[in-house]
Amino acid sequence: MIVLSYFNDLYGTFFATRSRTINTVFVTVISLLALFAVPTLANEYWLQAILIPFLVFALAALGLNLLTGFAGQLSLGTGGFMAVGAYAAFKMTTAWPEMDIIAIFFISGFFAAGVGILFGLPSLRIKGFYLAVATLAAQFFLIWLFNRVPWFYNDNPSGTITAPPRTFAGVMVTGPEAAAEVRYLVALVLLAVFVFFSWNLMRSRFGRAWMAVRDMDVAAEIVGIPLLRTKLLAFGVSSYLCGVAGALFVFLYLGSAETIAFDVNVSFLVLFMIIVGGLGSIAGSIIGAAFITILPIFLTNLNPILGIDLAVDIAKHIEVIIFGGLIIVILILEPHGIARLIAITRERLRI
Amino acid sequence: MRAAMPAEARVGHPEPGEPMLSVEGIALRFGGVQALAGVEFTIYAGEICAIIGPNGAGKTSMLNVLNGAYQPSEGTITFKGRTRRKMHPRVAAMEGMARTFQNVALFKGMSTLDNVMAGRNLKMHSNFVACLLPVGPSRAEEARHRAYADEVISFLEIEDIRNVPVGRLPYGLQKRVELARALAAEPDLLLLDEPMTGMNRSEKAEMCRFVLETKARFGTTMALIEHDMSVVMELSDHIIVLDYGRKIADGTPEEVRNDQTVIDAYLGVATEDDA
Ligand SMILES: Nc1ncnc2c1ncn2[C@@H]1O[C@H](COP(=O)(O)OP(=O)(O)OP(=O)(O)O)[C@@H](O)[C@H]1O
Ligand SMILES: [Mg+2]
Repeated sequence: MIVLSYFNDLYGTFFATRSRTINTVFVTVISLLALFAVPTLANEYWLQAILIPFLVFALAALGLNLLTGFAGQLSLGTGGFMAVGAYAAFKMTTAWPEMDIIAIFFISGFFAAGVGILFGLPSLRIKGFYLAVATLAAQFFLIWLFNRVPWFYNDNPSGTITAPPRTFAGVMVTGPEAAAEVRYLVALVLLAVFVFFSWNLMRSRFGRAWMAVRDMDVAAEIVGIPLLRTKLLAFGVSSYLCGVAGALFVFLYLGSAETIAFDVNVSFLVLFMIIVGGLGSIAGSIIGAAFITILPIFLTNLNPILGIDLAVDIAKHIEVIIFGGLIIVILILEPHGIARLIAITRERLRI
Repeated sequence: MRAAMPAEARVGHPEPGEPMLSVEGIALRFGGVQALAGVEFTIYAGEICAIIGPNGAGKTSMLNVLNGAYQPSEGTITFKGRTRRKMHPRVAAMEGMARTFQNVALFKGMSTLDNVMAGRNLKMHSNFVACLLPVGPSRAEEARHRAYADEVISFLEIEDIRNVPVGRLPYGLQKRVELARALAAEPDLLLLDEPMTGMNRSEKAEMCRFVLETKARFGTTMALIEHDMSVVMELSDHIIVLDYGRKIADGTPEEVRNDQTVIDAYLGVATEDDA
């Protein structure tokens, strides 16, 4: 609850109203680099092992942040909602092989949205930790369901779902033959599209209604905001994004997956990202995802660079300790997350 | 135009002096506490009606019944010609009732402007898809309402804190932002629960000015809970006195000031409070 009471009031570091031009320049430069420089410069390992999972988790973090950071509804069902998207995409691609893969990504989110709205229904009555427990139940139920009913994985004896080779505009996007650059670009563009929509949405009456419900639901009701409808919309939009992220997770990153890929650890990981990055900040979702996915890899590579020779298992433990320690340091420095930390630094430096 | 309409059509818009809201036989219990019993009164359109009484008299409970935050066990509420057994906060808002709270209920993480804009949410109708875009009808609607919100903000002289998250503001300013949020809804009836508590003398004077200017400029009917009798006497056209959940007096400030029951039950106490 302490965490929930600390919210970023800004729409995000990149989008702080203070200096629009600098933000625009910054976003443009990053976008151009991400679009053109990264795919040519980065090698296969970077794209496959670092950048693609980062983009996928950034999308999931964005989804959860809309629900938890903006609308104030704590959820531990992220993994489950991602699984719904992934299994929906799998069923659709196998049932209708000629269907456009990008369309499938967009549609798969709607299944997750439906499920999310269903499990969001208790949010009218329960709040905070109790709601978190209810969403945790959704998480366990969904994973159980996908394990239990062979129809979801087309009766595959191994119980896995595999991304079949599919194209978009003649280019191979999924399957073993799809190039890492293509998968990276698809993930990048989809993330950019959803960030753009989310940013506008949060500056509209819907975003304000979500934040009002988050900050004081009694007052939200007396200004006429319909509580249930507002919360359910937040669950729907959030789960939609998580669902698309889940589909991308399997189709662009893992290639094939079992339910374990979406277990409760994923829910916690994504929650972690938005807390570290900044609750109620769109930029914070992306920063948090970058931090959580990239830092461990950086730490792994630190040892060889420094020339310290450690046994593999000890090195791994030290990594985890440093990782955990850094997160604690950041949260002590600034409970509103890295996004706020950057905003404050910028304010001090007047840029 | 309006005069030519049949009475039925006028139901939604009481003329000045006609009843805006009336309650009859309102009763409300909390376990063993009878917070309200057999309360009845009428608030007339265009007036500032003060509701006064000692601590725990049931004033806040009464406001909560009026806007539907509490549901009375007995009685009826007639607002703009429609009689109900209970109100619902959202219905009250939709029909033109706005309110402020004794302990400020703002959206703390949001800026002053966003709080005021939230007060206008019932007037905004852009659909979801339009709101995903940075241009088009939803942005035009947003700009229109932001212009109105800015008018309210400058009316209450809080331009300086327009973009500050309200959680960081001092209490006195928060009370003013809350009034701004309520006014942004362009209410017909405004319920103010102790809008001046916790303020110093000059802040109180400013708040009084805003209440009077609101009445002059928008013609808003107001029900106001206040302990400071000098404020009550300055502002109100009509005073209702509650004590132990019952109405003990109802009339003009002059009548109430000279009412022996009121002096015994409350006014004696009030002077001690002021000290
Ligand atoms: N939600 C509640 N639950 C239980 N009792 C309540 C509740 N709200 C009010 N009461 C009780 O009802 C009575 C009237 O309270 P109310 O807050 O309406 O008084 P008030 O006139 O506004 O007092 P004050 O001047 O102190 O604000 C009190 O005895 C109070 O303890
Ligand atoms: Mg009170």
